[in-house]
Amino acid sequence: MLLLIEQVLNGLQYGVMLFLMAAGLTLVFGVMGLINLAHGSLYMVGAFAAAAVAGATGSFLLALAAALAAAAAAGAIVELTVIRRLYDRDHLDQVLATFALILIFSEGTRYFFGSFPLYLDIPAYLSGPVTLPGGILYPTYRLALIGVGLLVSLGLYLLIARTRLGVRIRAGAQDREMIAALGVDISKLYTLVFALGAALAGLAGALVGAIQSVQVGMGEPVLIVAFVVIVIGGIGSVKGAFVGALMVGLTDRLGGLFLPAIFRLFMDGSAAQATGSALASMLIYILMAGVLIWRPQGLYGARA
Amino acid sequence: MIPERWLNGAILLGMLAVPLWAWADGAPFTITLATKVAILALAGVGLNIALGLGGLVSLGHAVFFGLGGYAMGILASHAQSFVPLAETPFLIEGTKSMPVIWLVAVVVSALAALMIGLLCLRTSGVYFIMITLAFGQMFYYFAISWPRYGGEDGLSIYVRNSFPGLNTLDPIQFFGICFAALAAALWLHGRLIASPFGLALNAARQSPARVETIGLSPFRLRLTAFVISGAITGLAGALFADLNRFVSPTMFSWQLSGEIIIFIILGGIGRLYGPVVGAALFVTLEHVLGGFSEFWQVYLGALLLAVVLVARGGLIGLVAGRERPHE
Amino acid sequence: MSEPVLEVQGLTKHFGAVTACERVSLDLRPGEIHAVIGPNGAGKSTLIAQICGGLRPDAGQVKFLGEDVTALDTRARARMGLARTFQISALAMEDTVLQNAILGALGARGGTPGFLGRALKDKGLREAAEAALTRVGLNDVAATRTAELSHGQRRQLEVAVALTLRPRAFVMDEPMAGMGSEGSARLTRFLSELRHEAPILLVEHDMDAVFALADRLSVLVYGRIIATGSVAEIRANRQVRQAYLGEER
Repeated sequence: MLLLIEQVLNGLQYGVMLFLMAAGLTLVFGVMGLINLAHGSLYMVGAFAAAAVAGATGSFLLALAAALAAAAAAGAIVELTVIRRLYDRDHLDQVLATFALILIFSEGTRYFFGSFPLYLDIPAYLSGPVTLPGGILYPTYRLALIGVGLLVSLGLYLLIARTRLGVRIRAGAQDREMIAALGVDISKLYTLVFALGAALAGLAGALVGAIQSVQVGMGEPVLIVAFVVIVIGGIGSVKGAFVGALMVGLTDRLGGLFLPAIFRLFMDGSAAQATGSALASMLIYILMAGVLIWRPQGLYGARA
Repeated sequence: MIPERWLNGAILLGMLAVPLWAWADGAPFTITLATKVAILALAGVGLNIALGLGGLVSLGHAVFFGLGGYAMGILASHAQSFVPLAETPFLIEGTKSMPVIWLVAVVVSALAALMIGLLCLRTSGVYFIMITLAFGQMFYYFAISWPRYGGEDGLSIYVRNSFPGLNTLDPIQFFGICFAALAAALWLHGRLIASPFGLALNAARQSPARVETIGLSPFRLRLTAFVISGAITGLAGALFADLNRFVSPTMFSWQLSGEIIIFIILGGIGRLYGPVVGAALFVTLEHVLGGFSEFWQVYLGALLLAVVLVARGGLIGLVAGRERPHE
Repeated sequence: MSEPVLEVQGLTKHFGAVTACERVSLDLRPGEIHAVIGPNGAGKSTLIAQICGGLRPDAGQVKFLGEDVTALDTRARARMGLARTFQISALAMEDTVLQNAILGALGARGGTPGFLGRALKDKGLREAAEAALTRVGLNDVAATRTAELSHGQRRQLEVAVALTLRPRAFVMDEPMAGMGSEGSARLTRFLSELRHEAPILLVEHDMDAVFALADRLSVLVYGRIIATGSVAEIRANRQVRQAYLGEER
């Protein structure tokens, strides 16, 4: 039971971090019609910026600010130099150009920071466990991640629902010609949306970087899981990305707990562990396949 | 501008001449590089049938490459340890025979392509790209967490598998096998392009509504192309594993899926021989640039960006000019 | 009176709160051209999609050759001999004119297209395709890339592809759109003959062509057919003049 609650919390923590990744991807797709493989690189940029600043100043909050700034700046630069040439290209060109950006970002980061992983320390006030109701010990930092993730999600919701920028983003997602006709400076809006998505990815990279290591190539596995989230939630839907992210986070963590246990019922211990964890690693993809069979356009996607 | 047909002949001749010259010169490493080019080009030809002809941007073709590799790895590892794969319901033993391994690699990849295609082809556009990428990752993680066949460390095979009548340990003879497979796949792709099937598939890429109103199913055409495509890439995977005498989960990685697409783009999309030129360029860059910089992929990234943004015809497009309608 | 080839009864389609098609009934008899006219947004495209199988109606029935085909998809209806042309050309633009026509012939042949034969060297396919191109007057541009054709020529190619299917009925969505007056007159003469091979349900904006060709006319306004009759009857119909002709003239 304790283990279950712990894994539910882990699933939530994983889910909200996935949402920070997926939100940017789905916004960029919804508003600009672009598939961006280099989104994982922005996650990595955030993590490296945080590790570098934390190493120099010792301040975790400064590190987070640096992650946001660096990822947003990297996003804006990339949008201005490369991405904006891709909006009216087909998806194949977008895939290839952003794949090229991954190569450039990864190798560039390796050139400056080397191939060895960096470590980003959890600040003292968030380290150690906290006692939850019911006597469960849970790492404070992970709990903080859930809190930050939910706060940022709420902020994003308010931004899109309540602000003038949000109105433009929604208009852009629905009708691209319309928004240009309204006299909105569309290229500025695009840069802004892209930088916003990048900042969210960078924040996620920095936050997760403190519980994993900060290294080249850390972004792409997360990126691909974020794709799974978007496919489940429906491309272009921020709400779908949120629901999808929590579903994927919980499925992954609970699957890792339950599948080996289930297999232990009719197999011996080590074989059950091996089979169970091998299948658990496939579970989110099976979830995605199930959603595809049931609703090919995703949970909140517009009907194609 | 040089006619594409002549250029294609020159490309094939070049693919033969370089290793033969290396053989006469006693440079087995060059032959190995040429073999690698032939195998990667074969994987590219496989993807090109789905991508070039069918317009299916699959970012998960490493699945089939990896399945082909593991078909070889699993069969050969059982043969070298003399432990059968299965005893019930009937005895299945490992094998070191290339033709048998190829057959298994092709059948397994084709079945996987059928399953993945049935799911992915329900969608199109960006969804298709993301989903194929995701399924690739699924196989990658499965291979890592399945300890039976080496898990993350992969599987080593001590001696290259055998082919009746040939000495596969001789680099030039193994190159010959891979080159023959590549030539056969190019021939098949050429026939497919000109065939009624190719005509219909190509039309389904440009105007699916048209294909429906003449009574054909774009879905079935695409699925068929995807299965043929997966099978050829699977064969390439089996040969690649034999070249290295090693398989590991990296054969399933998303980077590899991306690289297979890069071969096609560098050579020139929609070109029959695009993957051959692209793979040759890729291996050459890897070898030459990798020689003086650890960070050679930065240059690859810059080159790729330039091709996508500026020179969309790829290398063949630069030399042969604009593509003409297929004849 | 002979049996209708195509018969639509009580076809109804809603999109949310919008009724795009309300209890539409019409039929197409052998040897006739039945034109459907109506202002923009009247629901002509929705009607065509339901007749050809692209959209499932909420209520009503489509009968083709005496069979209820309401539940069949586009492909099944095409294989029964229902040929449609598109308002916005749906051709393989990178391919040649001949290849587009051969695609049609391939559909008419049925079964799975072959893998190793050569489509352009297949005598049966090629003859059927060339015959259709000759009939619409495109034989001298057979080797041209479709993207290089004029708008009018693309409309002709649409008709040629439909011809290769040797259909039992045609559904044509604005075949005259974007044509010059000369091309439009030529196509009018051609369709006038074609109706004896298979009847044509003609959705068209070009009023001169419609009045010259149609045996019967149906007027579609806001998803409903407000009148059906001969050209003279429709011209005389007050309701029609108000709802439609009055706006244009």
